Amino acid sequence: MARPVADREEVAVADPVLELRDASLSYGSRTLWSGLDLQVRPGELVAVLGGNGTGKTSLLRAVLGLQQLSAGTMQVAGHAPRRGDASIGYVPQQRRIDSHTPLRVRDLVRQGLDGHRWGIGRPGRVRWDRVDAALAQVGASAYADMPLSLLSGGEQQRARVAQALVGDPSLLLCDEPLLSLDQSSQRTVTELVDRRRREHGTAVLFVTHEINPVLPYVDRVLYLAGGRFRIGTVDEVLNSEALSALYGTRVEVLRHGDQVLVAGAPHHVEHHAAPCVHEDEDVAR
Amino acid sequence: MSDVWGQLFDFRDYGALLPLVANSLLAGAVLGLVGGMVSSIVMMRDLPFAVHGISELSFAGATGALLIGAGVVAGALAGSVVAALLIGVLGASARSRSSIVGVLMPFGLGLGILFLSLYDGRAANKFGLLIGQIVSVDDPQLTAMLVSGAVVAVGMLVLWRPLVFASTDPEVAAARGVPVRALSIAFMVLLGLAVAISVQTIGALLVLSIICTPAAAAFRVSANPRVVVALSSAFGFTAMVGGILLATGSRLPITPYVTTLSFAIFVVCAGVGAWRQRHGWSRARALAPSSRVAEPATT
Ligand SMILES: Nc1ncnc2c1ncn2[C@@H]1O[C@H](COP(=O)(O)OP(=O)(O)OP(=O)(O)O)[C@@H](O)[C@H]1O
Ligand SMILES: [Mg+2]
Repeated sequence: MARPVADREEVAVADPVLELRDASLSYGSRTLWSGLDLQVRPGELVAVLGGNGTGKTSLLRAVLGLQQLSAGTMQVAGHAPRRGDASIGYVPQQRRIDSHTPLRVRDLVRQGLDGHRWGIGRPGRVRWDRVDAALAQVGASAYADMPLSLLSGGEQQRARVAQALVGDPSLLLCDEPLLSLDQSSQRTVTELVDRRRREHGTAVLFVTHEINPVLPYVDRVLYLAGGRFRIGTVDEVLNSEALSALYGTRVEVLRHGDQVLVAGAPHHVEHHAAPCVHEDEDVAR
Repeated sequence: MSDVWGQLFDFRDYGALLPLVANSLLAGAVLGLVGGMVSSIVMMRDLPFAVHGISELSFAGATGALLIGAGVVAGALAGSVVAALLIGVLGASARSRSSIVGVLMPFGLGLGILFLSLYDGRAANKFGLLIGQIVSVDDPQLTAMLVSGAVVAVGMLVLWRPLVFASTDPEVAAARGVPVRALSIAFMVLLGLAVAISVQTIGALLVLSIICTPAAAAFRVSANPRVVVALSSAFGFTAMVGGILLATGSRLPITPYVTTLSFAIFVVCAGVGAWRQRHGWSRARALAPSSRVAEPATT
């Protein structure tokens, strides 16, 4: 099951797509994290873990230019973060699309291309070819003309990934894209993201509460807890010593093959829900 | 019975009457088309209740203007734009919007009734602003309506893509650089203009039949945003122009004709939508078992 992670020699030489130096983020007097140094290189997949309210979404918002850092600097593709940066693809924290949304799957994907432009878009000029290519990338071509609201949660999520990819981003931000998906859909979405960064060198920040589905693909982990953080490979961060030091209390990390179980982390129960079972691959194929 | 029927539909001297309703027809056509466009966004943003609130304040503005002798058009416009802005600024979330509308609506209606009671103009026209006019759009009023209609149409065309983006997916739209908040306010102003035109034709209580029902009907039969807008405008146009044509000759307000046509269109669309849900769309779906699309699309 485990696949080789990105070729480190190759990515080490490329300029980082995302670079934070001594960065802090506060809302008023409340500091979410501070002193954060992070470099994400092309093709690298960094999982962002941490309990509710530790500032994962806020980190993505800062990268998107929607939230100011309270200290430190950040560079996205060589420049300061700015709103509407076309080099970033964004998959938001999941929310079901309701039936008052008169969009087909292809319309949602198209929004990633020209939804921010004024006017109605000249009918002959719409880049449906790029929309179709993005839909094919995520394997959603078969229901391109379906109303979004009729799709299952997993299918909607795939459409959102296509929307994020259609602009050919060099950085992909995914905010809990696995939420409320079953194991097979979780694996599908993770594989889509993994394939994208392999084939196109897109750097990925992947916020998740479920470590296990992404574990085989993750290059590094950014673990946020209580205003502090830890960055490193899976082995460096997801072990009892590191997390105990981070939380300041005894935390057990159990590893079993491709599965990780974090036990005893305060205010942080989401991981435990991940069932420690071996997924029967053959059934899904 | 035939007496009632005769009152409802009376096509004697129809040719002679038609020129008299030319102004109404033109205003109705513009309102139908523009209202259809606006109502698509109203449905996407879940604003029907807000539309109702805006129309009551527009009614208050119009009757207030009547009382002090200013133009009804200006009063209706002022009332609805103020209401739309208040709702837009104070009601950012759905919940706070509902409460602000709930507060404004009876206040507007009460003010309007007060102004009407104080006003001692022509009795026939008295409740026209509330329940719709018989047939009476004079030239200056028509000009004002056409200009407002044109402003709404142009505004909607210019704002269209980012407005739809911000209405269906505000988070991603903001991330893509769409000025979500400013667009929301801009749309409320356009909505206010459209409501002001409607209040003067079909009356404050029935604005929703032209700024909600057409899009609600279109949403039932299509999920293609272009088709939805085109259908919605066509439905609005049919209801308005058809309603006025049917009302001509009878001495009743156009309103019941417009609302009935609009509702009939909705019923037909709901039926078609229910059928399509079961037959049309499910076929496309059958082609896409989720396990197969999970495989990488190797080329
Ligand atoms: N605009 C804001 N003003 C003040 N506080 C905020 C603001 N936005 C977020 N917060 C607070 O900052 C904290 C971090 O929020 P954030 O959404 O980044 O958490 P998260 O790590 O994504 O959590 P979750 O796992 O629940 O999604 C939360 O406690 C939240 O209440
Ligand atoms: Mg979050």
